[in-house]
Amino acid sequence: MNAITTLRAPVENPATREKVAIRDLSFFYGDNKALENIHLTAYERQVTALIGPSGCGKSTLLRILNRIYALYPNQRAEGEVWLDGENILDAGQDPNLLRAKVGMVFQKPTPFPMTIYENIAFGVRLYENLSRSEMDERVERALTRAALWDEVKDRVGTSALGLSGGQQQRLCIARTIAVKPEVILLDEPTSALDPISTAKVEQLIDELKRDFTIIIVTHNMQQAARVADRTAFFYLGKLIEEGQTSQMFSNPKDKRTLDYITGRFG
Amino acid sequence: MSTGIYARRLTKNRIWLGLSVGAAAFGLFWLVLILGTLIWNGLAGLSIDVFTQMTPPPGSAGGLLNAIAGSLVMTVLAVAIGTPVGVLAGTYMAEYGRYAKLTFVVRFINDILLSAPSIIVGLFVYEIVVVPMGHFSGLAGSLALAVIVIPVVVRTTEDMLLLVPNTMREAAAALGAPRFFLISRVIYRAARAGIITGILLAIARISGETAPLLFTALNNQFWSVNLNAPMPSLPVVIFQFALSPYEDWQRLAWTGALIITAAVLSLSILARAVTVKGVER
Repeated sequence: MNAITTLRAPVENPATREKVAIRDLSFFYGDNKALENIHLTAYERQVTALIGPSGCGKSTLLRILNRIYALYPNQRAEGEVWLDGENILDAGQDPNLLRAKVGMVFQKPTPFPMTIYENIAFGVRLYENLSRSEMDERVERALTRAALWDEVKDRVGTSALGLSGGQQQRLCIARTIAVKPEVILLDEPTSALDPISTAKVEQLIDELKRDFTIIIVTHNMQQAARVADRTAFFYLGKLIEEGQTSQMFSNPKDKRTLDYITGRFG
Repeated sequence: MSTGIYARRLTKNRIWLGLSVGAAAFGLFWLVLILGTLIWNGLAGLSIDVFTQMTPPPGSAGGLLNAIAGSLVMTVLAVAIGTPVGVLAGTYMAEYGRYAKLTFVVRFINDILLSAPSIIVGLFVYEIVVVPMGHFSGLAGSLALAVIVIPVVVRTTEDMLLLVPNTMREAAAALGAPRFFLISRVIYRAARAGIITGILLAIARISGETAPLLFTALNNQFWSVNLNAPMPSLPVVIFQFALSPYEDWQRLAWTGALIITAAVLSLSILARAVTVKGVER
Protein backbone atom coordinates (compact mmCIF):
# COMPACT_ATOMS: atom_id res chain seq x y z
CA MET A 1 0.00 0.00 0.00
CA ASN A 2 2.80 2.38 0.85
CA ALA A 3 4.25 1.77 -2.56
CA ILE A 4 1.08 3.14 -4.11
CA THR A 5 1.12 6.31 -2.09
CA THR A 6 4.71 7.01 -3.12
CA LEU A 7 4.02 6.13 -6.74
CA ARG A 8 1.33 8.80 -6.85
CA ALA A 9 1.61 11.05 -9.88
CA PRO A 10 2.55 14.65 -9.12
CA VAL A 11 -0.40 16.89 -8.51
CA GLU A 12 -1.17 19.17 -11.43
CA ASN A 13 -1.94 22.22 -9.39
CA PRO A 14 0.93 22.82 -6.98
CA ALA A 15 -1.24 25.02 -4.80
CA THR A 16 -3.46 22.04 -4.02
CA ARG A 17 -3.36 21.10 -0.40
CA GLU A 18 -4.01 17.80 1.27
CA LYS A 19 -7.47 18.09 2.83
CA VAL A 20 -8.29 14.58 4.00
CA ALA A 21 -5.41 12.23 4.61
CA ILE A 22 -6.34 8.62 5.32
CA ARG A 23 -3.48 6.70 6.85
CA ASP A 24 -3.28 2.99 7.57
CA LEU A 25 -7.03 2.77 8.00
CA SER A 26 -8.81 -0.51 8.66
CA PHE A 27 -12.48 -1.02 9.39
CA PHE A 28 -14.40 -3.81 11.04
CA TYR A 29 -18.04 -4.85 11.06
CA GLY A 30 -17.87 -6.97 14.19
CA ASP A 31 -15.04 -9.38 13.44
CA ASN A 32 -15.37 -8.88 9.73
CA LYS A 33 -12.63 -6.74 8.25
CA ALA A 34 -14.14 -4.55 5.55
CA LEU A 35 -11.19 -2.28 4.84
CA GLU A 36 -7.51 -3.04 5.14
CA ASN A 37 -4.70 -0.55 5.62
CA ILE A 38 -6.02 2.19 3.39
CA HIS A 39 -3.75 5.08 2.47
CA LEU A 40 -5.47 7.75 0.46
CA THR A 41 -5.40 11.52 0.19
CA ALA A 42 -8.17 13.82 -0.97
CA TYR A 43 -7.00 17.24 -2.09
CA GLU A 44 -8.63 20.53 -1.35
CA ARG A 45 -11.13 21.69 -3.97
CA GLN A 46 -10.80 18.56 -6.00
CA VAL A 47 -13.19 15.73 -6.68
CA THR A 48 -11.94 12.34 -5.58
CA ALA A 49 -13.92 9.37 -6.86
CA LEU A 50 -13.97 6.01 -5.14
CA ILE A 51 -14.82 3.20 -7.53
CA GLY A 52 -14.94 -0.57 -7.36
CA PRO A 53 -17.38 -3.45 -7.43
CA SER A 54 -20.13 -3.86 -4.82
CA GLY A 55 -18.83 -4.82 -1.41
CA CYS A 56 -15.34 -3.48 -2.07
CA GLY A 57 -15.49 -1.08 0.86
CA LYS A 58 -15.80 2.23 -0.95
CA SER A 59 -19.04 3.25 0.81
CA THR A 60 -17.62 1.99 4.10
CA LEU A 61 -14.64 4.30 3.65
CA LEU A 62 -16.93 7.24 2.96
CA ARG A 63 -18.92 6.49 6.11
CA ILE A 64 -15.75 6.66 8.19
CA LEU A 65 -14.92 10.17 7.01
CA ASN A 66 -17.85 11.71 8.91
CA ARG A 67 -17.97 8.92 11.48
CA ILE A 68 -21.57 8.18 10.59
CA TYR A 69 -20.74 4.51 11.18
CA ALA A 70 -20.57 5.34 14.89
CA LEU A 71 -24.40 5.43 14.99
CA TYR A 72 -24.30 1.65 14.96
CA PRO A 73 -22.83 -0.80 17.45
CA ASN A 74 -20.02 -3.23 16.64
CA GLN A 75 -18.48 -1.07 13.94
CA ARG A 76 -14.93 0.02 14.50
CA ALA A 77 -12.26 1.95 12.64
CA GLU A 78 -8.52 1.63 13.27
CA GLY A 79 -5.91 3.97 11.89
CA GLU A 80 -5.89 7.68 11.23
CA VAL A 81 -7.94 10.10 9.21
CA TRP A 82 -6.47 13.57 9.20
CA LEU A 83 -8.64 16.54 8.42
CA ASP A 84 -6.73 19.82 8.52
CA GLY A 85 -4.16 18.39 10.91
CA GLU A 86 -6.61 16.76 13.29
CA ASN A 87 -7.24 13.05 13.51
CA ILE A 88 -11.02 12.73 13.36
CA LEU A 89 -10.86 9.24 14.80
CA ASP A 90 -9.40 10.54 18.07
CA ALA A 91 -11.75 9.74 20.92
CA GLY A 92 -11.84 13.42 21.92
CA GLN A 93 -13.25 14.57 18.58
CA ASP A 94 -16.95 15.48 18.74
CA PRO A 95 -18.72 13.62 15.92
CA ASN A 96 -21.41 16.29 15.56
CA LEU A 97 -18.91 19.11 15.07
CA LEU A 98 -17.06 16.89 12.60
CA ARG A 99 -20.26 16.24 10.65
CA ALA A 100 -20.97 19.95 10.43
CA LYS A 101 -17.60 20.24 8.69
CA VAL A 102 -17.91 17.08 6.60
CA GLY A 103 -21.33 16.95 4.95
CA MET A 104 -22.83 13.91 3.31
CA VAL A 105 -25.39 13.21 0.59
CA PHE A 106 -26.80 9.71 0.44
CA GLN A 107 -27.69 7.29 -2.28
CA LYS A 108 -31.42 7.72 -1.86
CA PRO A 109 -32.76 11.24 -1.41
CA THR A 110 -33.57 11.76 2.26
CA PRO A 111 -35.79 14.83 2.55
CA PHE A 112 -37.06 15.45 6.06
CA PRO A 113 -40.86 15.46 6.50
CA MET A 114 -41.06 19.24 6.61
CA THR A 115 -41.16 22.15 4.18
CA ILE A 116 -38.45 22.76 1.61
CA TYR A 117 -37.43 25.85 3.56
CA GLU A 118 -37.27 23.99 6.87
CA ASN A 119 -35.22 21.22 5.30
CA ILE A 120 -32.48 23.74 4.53
CA ALA A 121 -32.86 25.77 7.72
CA PHE A 122 -32.68 22.65 9.92
CA GLY A 123 -28.94 22.16 9.53
CA VAL A 124 -28.14 25.87 9.59
CA ARG A 125 -29.98 26.37 12.90
CA LEU A 126 -27.86 23.72 14.57
CA TYR A 127 -24.78 25.88 14.65
CA GLU A 128 -25.83 29.39 13.68
CA ASN A 129 -28.29 31.88 15.06
CA LEU A 130 -29.54 33.76 12.03
CA SER A 131 -32.22 36.41 11.74
CA ARG A 132 -35.21 35.65 9.59
CA SER A 133 -33.88 37.64 6.64
CA GLU A 134 -30.39 36.14 6.94
CA MET A 135 -31.94 32.69 6.99
CA ASP A 136 -34.12 33.52 3.96
CA GLU A 137 -31.01 34.58 2.12
CA ARG A 138 -29.08 31.49 3.18
CA VAL A 139 -31.88 29.20 2.05
CA GLU A 140 -32.20 30.97 -1.29
CA ARG A 141 -28.45 30.85 -1.89
CA ALA A 142 -28.20 27.16 -1.03
CA LEU A 143 -31.12 26.33 -3.34
CA THR A 144 -29.66 28.50 -6.09
CA ARG A 145 -26.28 26.82 -5.82
CA ALA A 146 -27.98 23.44 -5.96
CA ALA A 147 -29.74 24.55 -9.18
CA LEU A 148 -33.13 24.08 -7.56
CA TRP A 149 -34.23 27.63 -6.72
CA ASP A 150 -35.92 28.35 -10.05
CA GLU A 151 -37.97 25.20 -9.75
CA VAL A 152 -39.12 25.66 -6.16
CA LYS A 153 -38.99 29.38 -5.40
CA ASP A 154 -42.80 29.66 -5.40
CA ARG A 155 -43.28 26.74 -3.04
CA VAL A 156 -40.48 26.71 -0.47
CA GLY A 157 -43.23 26.63 2.17
CA THR A 158 -44.63 23.32 0.93
CA SER A 159 -43.58 19.82 1.93
CA ALA A 160 -40.29 18.61 0.53
CA LEU A 161 -41.87 15.20 0.08
CA GLY A 162 -43.80 16.60 -2.90
CA LEU A 163 -40.64 17.07 -4.95
CA SER A 164 -39.49 14.63 -7.62
CA GLY A 165 -36.60 12.27 -6.85
CA GLY A 166 -34.09 14.41 -8.74
CA GLN A 167 -35.32 17.55 -7.02
CA GLN A 168 -35.18 15.85 -3.63
CA GLN A 169 -31.57 14.89 -4.21
CA ARG A 170 -30.66 18.45 -5.16
CA LEU A 171 -32.51 19.59 -2.05
CA CYS A 172 -30.30 17.26 -0.01
CA ILE A 173 -27.24 18.77 -1.67
CA ALA A 174 -28.58 22.27 -0.92
CA ARG A 175 -29.19 21.25 2.68
CA THR A 176 -25.62 20.03 2.94
CA ILE A 177 -23.97 23.10 1.42
CA ALA A 178 -26.18 25.45 3.47
CA VAL A 179 -24.27 24.54 6.63
CA LYS A 180 -21.04 25.52 4.82
CA PRO A 181 -19.05 22.35 5.26
CA GLU A 182 -15.47 22.01 4.00
CA VAL A 183 -15.75 18.50 2.66
CA ILE A 184 -18.78 16.95 0.96
CA LEU A 185 -19.17 13.19 0.81
CA LEU A 186 -21.43 11.89 -1.95
CA ASP A 187 -22.51 8.26 -1.66
CA GLU A 188 -23.68 7.20 -5.12
CA PRO A 189 -25.75 10.38 -5.31
CA THR A 190 -27.22 9.68 -8.74
CA SER A 191 -27.87 5.95 -8.61
CA ALA A 192 -31.57 6.52 -7.91
CA LEU A 193 -31.95 9.28 -10.51
CA ASP A 194 -32.87 9.42 -14.18
CA PRO A 195 -30.26 10.54 -16.76
CA ILE A 196 -31.44 14.16 -16.88
CA SER A 197 -31.34 14.55 -13.10
CA THR A 198 -27.98 12.77 -13.09
CA ALA A 199 -26.57 15.25 -15.58
CA LYS A 200 -27.80 18.12 -13.41
CA VAL A 201 -26.18 16.68 -10.30
CA GLU A 202 -22.90 16.07 -12.14
CA GLN A 203 -22.89 19.63 -13.41
CA LEU A 204 -23.49 20.70 -9.86
CA ILE A 205 -20.52 18.70 -8.58
CA ASP A 206 -18.33 20.54 -11.08
CA GLU A 207 -19.63 23.84 -9.72
CA LEU A 208 -19.25 22.89 -6.10
CA LYS A 209 -15.62 21.85 -6.27
CA ARG A 210 -14.69 25.52 -6.52
CA ASP A 211 -15.53 25.81 -2.84
CA PHE A 212 -15.60 22.31 -1.43
CA THR A 213 -13.46 19.23 -1.31
CA ILE A 214 -15.62 16.47 -2.74
CA ILE A 215 -15.32 12.72 -2.30
CA ILE A 216 -17.77 10.71 -4.35
CA VAL A 217 -18.54 7.01 -4.35
CA THR A 218 -19.89 5.85 -7.67
CA HIS A 219 -20.75 2.63 -9.42
CA ASN A 220 -20.69 4.41 -12.71
CA MET A 221 -17.22 4.60 -14.20
CA GLN A 222 -18.20 7.12 -16.83
CA GLN A 223 -19.37 9.32 -14.00
CA ALA A 224 -16.02 9.02 -12.25
CA ALA A 225 -14.28 9.84 -15.51
CA ARG A 226 -16.55 12.85 -16.04
CA VAL A 227 -16.46 14.48 -12.62
CA ALA A 228 -13.36 13.36 -10.74
CA ASP A 229 -9.89 14.86 -10.66
CA ARG A 230 -8.54 11.79 -8.94
CA THR A 231 -9.89 8.27 -8.78
CA ALA A 232 -9.22 5.44 -6.37
CA PHE A 233 -10.05 1.85 -7.23
CA PHE A 234 -11.01 -0.53 -4.42
CA TYR A 235 -11.29 -4.26 -4.54
CA LEU A 236 -12.14 -6.62 -1.69
CA GLY A 237 -11.49 -4.03 1.00
CA LYS A 238 -8.17 -2.91 -0.37
CA LEU A 239 -7.12 0.16 -2.27
CA ILE A 240 -5.68 -1.26 -5.48
CA GLU A 241 -4.70 1.91 -7.23
CA GLU A 242 -5.28 5.64 -7.14
CA GLY A 243 -4.17 8.60 -9.16
CA GLN A 244 -5.18 11.22 -11.67
CA THR A 245 -8.47 10.19 -13.23
CA SER A 246 -7.14 10.56 -16.77
CA GLN A 247 -4.18 8.35 -15.99
CA MET A 248 -6.32 5.78 -14.14
CA PHE A 249 -8.65 5.38 -17.08
CA SER A 250 -6.11 5.55 -19.89
CA ASN A 251 -3.18 3.77 -18.36
CA PRO A 252 -3.94 1.88 -15.15
CA LYS A 253 -0.96 0.23 -13.49
CA ASP A 254 -2.76 -2.73 -11.96
CA LYS A 255 -4.32 -5.45 -14.06
CA ARG A 256 -7.36 -5.57 -11.76
CA THR A 257 -8.04 -1.89 -12.35
CA LEU A 258 -7.80 -2.44 -16.08
CA ASP A 259 -10.18 -5.40 -15.86
CA TYR A 260 -12.68 -3.39 -13.86
CA ILE A 261 -12.68 -0.24 -15.97
CA THR A 262 -12.93 -2.25 -19.16
CA GLY A 263 -15.92 -4.05 -17.73
CA ARG A 264 -14.35 -7.48 -17.44
CA PHE A 265 -15.72 -7.88 -13.91
CA GLY A 266 -17.74 -5.97 -11.34
CA MET B 1 -53.18 -26.82 -21.72
CA SER B 2 -55.83 -28.73 -19.86
CA THR B 3 -59.04 -26.87 -19.17
CA GLY B 4 -59.88 -29.53 -16.59
CA ILE B 5 -57.20 -28.29 -14.17
CA TYR B 6 -58.28 -24.73 -14.68
CA ALA B 7 -61.95 -25.57 -14.12
CA ARG B 8 -61.08 -27.38 -10.88
CA ARG B 9 -59.10 -24.37 -9.70
CA LEU B 10 -62.00 -22.08 -10.51
CA THR B 11 -64.37 -24.28 -8.48
CA LYS B 12 -61.94 -24.40 -5.57
CA ASN B 13 -61.58 -20.64 -5.76
CA ARG B 14 -65.35 -20.19 -5.61
CA ILE B 15 -65.64 -22.46 -2.58
CA TRP B 16 -62.94 -20.64 -0.64
CA LEU B 17 -64.28 -17.27 -1.65
CA GLY B 18 -67.72 -18.36 -0.48
CA LEU B 19 -66.35 -19.56 2.87
CA SER B 20 -64.39 -16.34 3.42
CA VAL B 21 -67.35 -14.13 2.60
CA GLY B 22 -69.56 -16.29 4.80
CA ALA B 23 -67.18 -15.99 7.76
CA ALA B 24 -66.91 -12.23 7.30
CA ALA B 25 -70.70 -11.94 7.10
CA PHE B 26 -71.10 -14.07 10.24
CA GLY B 27 -68.76 -11.81 12.21
CA LEU B 28 -70.34 -8.69 10.84
CA PHE B 29 -73.85 -9.95 11.61
CA TRP B 30 -73.19 -10.07 15.37
CA LEU B 31 -71.43 -6.75 15.30
CA VAL B 32 -74.37 -5.13 13.56
CA LEU B 33 -76.77 -6.87 15.92
CA ILE B 34 -74.90 -5.57 18.98
CA LEU B 35 -74.62 -2.06 17.58
CA GLY B 36 -78.27 -2.14 16.53
CA THR B 37 -79.49 -3.25 19.95
CA LEU B 38 -77.30 -0.66 21.59
CA ILE B 39 -78.58 2.15 19.41
CA TRP B 40 -82.19 0.95 19.72
CA ASN B 41 -82.11 0.77 23.52
CA GLY B 42 -79.68 3.64 24.06
CA LEU B 43 -81.48 6.20 21.91
CA ALA B 44 -84.70 5.58 23.85
CA GLY B 45 -83.20 7.10 26.98
CA LEU B 46 -81.13 9.76 25.26
CA SER B 47 -82.20 13.27 26.17
CA ILE B 48 -80.62 16.51 27.30
CA ASP B 49 -81.16 15.37 30.91
CA VAL B 50 -78.53 12.67 30.43
CA PHE B 51 -75.90 15.38 30.01
CA THR B 52 -77.21 17.84 32.59
CA GLN B 53 -78.35 15.78 35.58
CA MET B 54 -76.66 13.55 38.12
CA THR B 55 -77.17 9.82 38.45
CA PRO B 56 -80.55 9.43 40.18
CA PRO B 57 -81.73 7.15 42.94
CA PRO B 58 -84.03 4.43 41.60
CA GLY B 59 -87.44 5.69 40.59
CA SER B 60 -86.54 9.34 40.01
CA ALA B 61 -85.40 11.25 36.97
CA GLY B 62 -81.74 11.92 36.38
CA GLY B 63 -78.82 11.72 34.00
CA LEU B 64 -75.19 10.72 33.74
CA LEU B 65 -73.45 14.08 34.04
CA ASN B 66 -71.32 13.15 37.08
CA ALA B 67 -70.31 9.85 35.51
CA ILE B 68 -69.38 11.51 32.21
CA ALA B 69 -67.38 14.18 34.02
CA GLY B 70 -65.62 11.60 36.20
CA SER B 71 -64.71 9.51 33.17
CA LEU B 72 -63.37 12.57 31.38
CA VAL B 73 -61.30 13.69 34.38
CA MET B 74 -59.79 10.26 34.98
CA THR B 75 -59.15 9.60 31.29
CA VAL B 76 -57.44 12.96 30.79
CA LEU B 77 -55.27 12.47 33.87
CA ALA B 78 -54.41 8.88 32.90
CA VAL B 79 -53.37 10.00 29.42
CA ALA B 80 -51.42 12.93 30.88
CA ILE B 81 -49.47 10.50 33.07
CA GLY B 82 -49.24 7.58 30.66
CA THR B 83 -48.39 9.32 27.41
CA PRO B 84 -45.08 10.97 28.40
CA VAL B 85 -43.92 7.81 30.14
CA GLY B 86 -44.95 5.65 27.20
CA VAL B 87 -43.51 7.92 24.50
CA LEU B 88 -40.21 8.34 26.33
CA ALA B 89 -39.89 4.62 27.03
CA GLY B 90 -40.70 3.84 23.40
CA THR B 91 -38.13 6.43 22.33
CA TYR B 92 -35.48 4.79 24.49
CA MET B 93 -36.28 1.39 23.03
CA ALA B 94 -36.29 2.47 19.40
CA GLU B 95 -33.58 5.12 19.45
CA TYR B 96 -31.10 5.18 22.30
CA GLY B 97 -31.23 1.59 23.47
CA ARG B 98 -32.15 -0.17 20.26
CA TYR B 99 -29.40 -2.75 20.69
CA ALA B 100 -29.38 -2.78 24.50
CA LYS B 101 -30.31 -5.84 26.55
CA LEU B 102 -32.57 -3.66 28.68
CA THR B 103 -34.71 -2.99 25.61
CA PHE B 104 -35.40 -6.69 25.06
CA VAL B 105 -36.33 -7.09 28.73
CA VAL B 106 -38.59 -4.03 28.69
CA ARG B 107 -40.23 -5.09 25.45
CA PHE B 108 -40.98 -8.54 26.87
CA ILE B 109 -42.44 -7.15 30.10
CA ASN B 110 -44.37 -4.54 28.17
CA ASP B 111 -45.97 -7.19 26.00
CA ILE B 112 -47.07 -9.05 29.13
CA LEU B 113 -48.49 -5.84 30.57
CA LEU B 114 -50.25 -5.18 27.27
CA SER B 115 -52.23 -8.39 27.56
CA ALA B 116 -52.61 -8.44 31.35
CA PRO B 117 -56.26 -8.60 32.48
CA SER B 118 -57.23 -5.11 33.54
CA ILE B 119 -58.76 -6.34 36.79
CA ILE B 120 -55.24 -7.27 37.91
CA VAL B 121 -54.17 -3.70 37.24
CA GLY B 122 -57.08 -2.58 39.41
CA LEU B 123 -56.07 -4.90 42.24
CA PHE B 124 -52.45 -3.77 41.96
CA VAL B 125 -53.37 -0.10 42.28
CA TYR B 126 -55.76 -0.99 45.09
CA GLU B 127 -52.83 -2.50 47.01
CA ILE B 128 -50.32 0.32 46.43
CA VAL B 129 -52.61 3.38 46.42
CA VAL B 130 -56.04 2.72 47.88
CA VAL B 131 -54.91 0.73 50.92
CA PRO B 132 -52.22 3.23 52.05
CA MET B 133 -54.57 6.18 51.42
CA GLY B 134 -57.33 4.43 53.32
CA HIS B 135 -60.07 5.24 50.79
CA PHE B 136 -61.05 4.98 47.16
CA SER B 137 -60.21 7.98 44.98
CA GLY B 138 -60.29 9.39 41.47
CA LEU B 139 -56.51 9.60 41.66
CA ALA B 140 -56.24 5.85 42.19
CA GLY B 141 -58.61 5.34 39.25
CA SER B 142 -56.49 7.57 37.04
CA LEU B 143 -53.33 5.72 38.03
CA ALA B 144 -54.93 2.38 37.21
CA LEU B 145 -55.96 3.68 33.80
CA ALA B 146 -52.47 5.15 33.29
CA VAL B 147 -50.98 1.70 33.88
CA ILE B 148 -53.15 0.48 31.00
CA VAL B 149 -52.21 3.44 28.77
CA ILE B 150 -48.45 3.02 29.17
CA PRO B 151 -47.90 -0.35 27.43
CA VAL B 152 -50.14 0.63 24.51
CA VAL B 153 -48.24 3.88 23.97
CA VAL B 154 -44.83 2.23 24.50
CA ARG B 155 -45.63 -0.38 21.89
CA THR B 156 -46.99 1.94 19.22
CA THR B 157 -44.29 4.55 19.80
CA GLU B 158 -41.53 1.97 19.45
CA ASP B 159 -43.11 0.40 16.38
CA MET B 160 -43.68 3.74 14.70
CA LEU B 161 -40.15 4.98 15.41
CA LEU B 162 -38.71 1.72 14.07
CA LEU B 163 -40.64 2.33 10.86
CA VAL B 164 -38.69 5.54 10.26
CA PRO B 165 -35.86 4.50 7.96
CA ASN B 166 -32.32 4.71 9.29
CA THR B 167 -31.37 6.78 6.27
CA MET B 168 -33.43 9.59 7.82
CA ARG B 169 -31.42 9.37 11.07
CA GLU B 170 -28.18 9.26 9.12
CA ALA B 171 -29.19 12.26 7.03
CA ALA B 172 -29.95 14.36 10.10
CA ALA B 173 -26.85 13.15 11.95
CA ALA B 174 -24.77 13.92 8.86
CA LEU B 175 -25.70 17.59 9.25
CA GLY B 176 -24.23 17.54 12.74
CA ALA B 177 -27.47 17.17 14.67
CA PRO B 178 -27.02 15.84 18.22
CA ARG B 179 -29.09 12.79 19.07
CA PHE B 180 -32.01 14.36 20.92
CA PHE B 181 -32.33 17.21 18.43
CA LEU B 182 -32.41 14.65 15.64
CA ILE B 183 -35.11 12.63 17.38
CA SER B 184 -37.30 15.52 18.44
CA ARG B 185 -37.14 17.51 15.22
CA VAL B 186 -36.97 14.86 12.53
CA ILE B 187 -37.85 11.40 13.78
CA TYR B 188 -40.86 12.41 15.89
CA ARG B 189 -42.13 14.42 12.98
CA ALA B 190 -41.81 11.48 10.64
CA ALA B 191 -43.56 9.16 13.11
CA ARG B 192 -46.06 11.70 14.42
CA ALA B 193 -49.21 10.27 12.83
CA GLY B 194 -48.45 6.79 14.15
CA ILE B 195 -47.67 7.96 17.66
CA ILE B 196 -50.84 10.06 17.84
CA THR B 197 -52.83 7.07 16.60
CA GLY B 198 -51.36 5.00 19.43
CA ILE B 199 -52.38 7.58 21.99
CA LEU B 200 -55.91 7.77 20.56
CA LEU B 201 -56.22 4.01 20.65
CA ALA B 202 -55.03 4.01 24.25
CA ILE B 203 -57.76 6.56 25.09
CA ALA B 204 -60.31 4.38 23.33
CA ARG B 205 -59.07 1.39 25.30
CA ILE B 206 -59.35 3.00 28.73
CA SER B 207 -62.60 4.84 28.16
CA GLY B 208 -64.46 1.53 28.32
CA GLU B 209 -62.48 -0.05 31.15
CA THR B 210 -64.55 -0.99 34.19
CA ALA B 211 -62.51 -3.54 36.11
CA PRO B 212 -59.55 -1.31 37.04
CA LEU B 213 -61.95 1.36 38.36
CA LEU B 214 -64.04 -0.92 40.58
CA PHE B 215 -61.26 -1.24 43.14
CA THR B 216 -59.81 2.22 42.75
CA ALA B 217 -62.21 5.06 41.94
CA LEU B 218 -65.23 3.04 43.09
CA ASN B 219 -68.24 5.18 42.25
CA ASN B 220 -70.03 8.25 43.46
CA GLN B 221 -73.66 9.08 42.88
CA PHE B 222 -73.03 12.80 43.32
CA TRP B 223 -71.10 15.36 41.37
CA SER B 224 -67.42 15.04 42.30
CA VAL B 225 -64.29 16.04 40.52
CA ASN B 226 -62.25 15.77 43.72
CA LEU B 227 -59.39 13.43 42.91
CA ASN B 228 -59.01 12.59 46.60
CA ALA B 229 -62.53 11.16 46.83
CA PRO B 230 -64.39 8.31 45.14
CA MET B 231 -65.23 9.33 41.59
CA PRO B 232 -68.01 8.13 39.33
CA SER B 233 -67.31 6.90 35.82
CA LEU B 234 -69.48 5.80 32.94
CA PRO B 235 -68.33 2.17 32.80
CA VAL B 236 -68.83 1.61 36.53
CA VAL B 237 -72.25 3.32 36.47
CA ILE B 238 -73.25 1.17 33.51
CA PHE B 239 -72.06 -1.94 35.38
CA GLN B 240 -74.04 -1.00 38.49
CA PHE B 241 -77.18 0.23 36.73
CA ALA B 242 -77.34 -2.61 34.22
CA LEU B 243 -77.23 -5.18 37.02
CA SER B 244 -79.94 -3.41 38.99
CA PRO B 245 -83.61 -4.50 38.94
CA TYR B 246 -84.81 -0.92 38.25
CA GLU B 247 -85.98 -0.25 34.73
CA ASP B 248 -85.04 3.46 34.71
CA TRP B 249 -81.48 2.59 35.83
CA GLN B 250 -81.26 -0.04 33.11
CA ARG B 251 -82.36 2.51 30.52
CA LEU B 252 -79.63 4.92 31.69
CA ALA B 253 -77.10 2.09 31.48
CA TRP B 254 -78.05 1.53 27.82
CA THR B 255 -77.68 5.23 27.11
CA GLY B 256 -74.31 5.33 28.86
CA ALA B 257 -73.14 2.37 26.81
CA LEU B 258 -74.22 4.17 23.65
CA ILE B 259 -72.29 7.30 24.68
CA ILE B 260 -69.11 5.31 25.35
CA THR B 261 -69.45 3.40 22.10
CA ALA B 262 -69.98 6.60 20.14
CA ALA B 263 -66.93 8.17 21.82
CA VAL B 264 -64.70 5.15 21.17
CA LEU B 265 -65.94 4.87 17.60
CA SER B 266 -65.19 8.54 16.94
CA LEU B 267 -61.71 8.13 18.42
CA SER B 268 -61.06 5.12 16.21
CA ILE B 269 -62.25 6.96 13.13
CA LEU B 270 -60.12 9.95 14.12
CA ALA B 271 -57.13 7.64 14.59
CA ARG B 272 -57.74 6.16 11.18
CA ALA B 273 -58.01 9.59 9.62
CA VAL B 274 -54.76 10.70 11.27
CA THR B 275 -52.97 7.60 9.99
CA VAL B 276 -54.25 8.02 6.46
CA LYS B 277 -53.25 11.66 6.48
CA GLY B 278 -49.81 10.64 7.78
CA VAL B 279 -49.38 8.22 4.91
CA GLU B 280 -50.46 10.69 2.27
CA ARG B 281 -48.28 13.47 3.59
